[in-house]
Amino acid sequence: MLTKRIIACLDVNAGRVVKGVQFEELRDAGDPAELAAAHSGAGADEVVLLDISATRENRATLADTVSRTAQQLFVPFTVGGGIRSLEDAIVVFEAGADKISINSAALADPLLITRIAERYGSQAVIVAIDAKRINGEARFEAYVSGGRNRTGLDAVTWAKQAEDRGAGEILLTSMDRDGTGAGFDCELTRTCSEALHIPVIASGGGGNTQSFVDVFQNGKADAALAASIFHFGLHCLGNLKQELQRAGIPVRWPC
Amino acid sequence: MIAVIDYRAGNIASVKKALDYLRADAVVTRDPNIVAQADKIILPGVGHFSATAVLERDGVRGAILHRIENGGVPFLGVCVGMQWMFESSAEAPGTPGLGLLPGECGPFAETVKSPHVGWNSLICRDSSRLLRGIPSGSFVYFTHSYSAPIVNATAASCEYGGEFSAAVEQDNLFGVQFHPEKSGELGLRLLANFCNLPC
Repeated sequence: MLTKRIIACLDVNAGRVVKGVQFEELRDAGDPAELAAAHSGAGADEVVLLDISATRENRATLADTVSRTAQQLFVPFTVGGGIRSLEDAIVVFEAGADKISINSAALADPLLITRIAERYGSQAVIVAIDAKRINGEARFEAYVSGGRNRTGLDAVTWAKQAEDRGAGEILLTSMDRDGTGAGFDCELTRTCSEALHIPVIASGGGGNTQSFVDVFQNGKADAALAASIFHFGLHCLGNLKQELQRAGIPVRWPC
Repeated sequence: MIAVIDYRAGNIASVKKALDYLRADAVVTRDPNIVAQADKIILPGVGHFSATAVLERDGVRGAILHRIENGGVPFLGVCVGMQWMFESSAEAPGTPGLGLLPGECGPFAETVKSPHVGWNSLICRDSSRLLRGIPSGSFVYFTHSYSAPIVNATAASCEYGGEFSAAVEQDNLFGVQFHPEKSGELGLRLLANFCNLPC
């Protein structure tokens, strides 16, 4: 049976893992290569490294960070953040990424999805979408540039377009829930998952075990991504999987 | 020496990285002369079935067939590399496979999402050399939109909108639909099993 994936996400700035709350207030959380290996060993089904560096200088270290991280990581490894062109993607793939994640650049030029998919296959292209509720209703707008700018686009409509352009998965972040630990936005996730034929990774708001049970059962998520709950206590990951299993969610456990 | 065939598609590097980790003597190549001398051949691959057409053009297809036919050296096809062992694929009707195994690869049932992405469990048949130490129920990582039919050579199957071949094994010919280089410890064990086969 295909299992639900638990994906560890490492936000990286200038070669260090950091964790922010609702896109602000960064805290240092360690070395990417060490943390990626630790997460894999603890039972993470995949590792995502998101480069959130604001400056070109900080971003220059990315290829080195990716290469070091990929060296001893034998689970799927995705890299995102700051990839604006096919050339940027090639650098990251050649450093050892299995998949890339693109966000703002895909919205600016949707054909970029197709160009990368034609070269590396759709399974290697994740389109990340930052979505925010409109007036608290069940309508969601896509944002870009790390959540700073509105697009005026419906997030689910954009996800469908990204699928049509060749995306292999959608990484869907609820900006309202990100970093709060208040639970995933199941309504957002379910709306998107039911509208698409490709897998949807839920992100933003993962906290206790129940929040993961909810996003898999009610949110119809294919995978769930979380960061801060894993950085400060890796034992959480194994416990989470065992508890999910007890709740009847198919997971890869023991690993 | 293990020749890892490079057909300019997908992520050949991750297979090489796993072989390096296992301290196997592996070379990434598309030179027919190197293939002709290889003790073992691995055809990795993610991407499109038609990407294998480049092997025809470079003369690698003939070199591989010559080296592995009639009980030749061990061959391992991974993902599209395994699908290529069959006669054809609905993904690329004009592109012939190696035809080492009967049948055509096809898309998944409409009832499930495609691609099939993630960790799914194996249903193993007995006495596979490739799957030694990898019991039924083991989870491995898949990412693919087409799959191969169940055949006599099927060593392990997987269920996703129907049953398909997850691993095949026949004499010196081996194939896996999943990615051993991305399947954690069990995947590394499978690659080690292949590396340790007598030539």
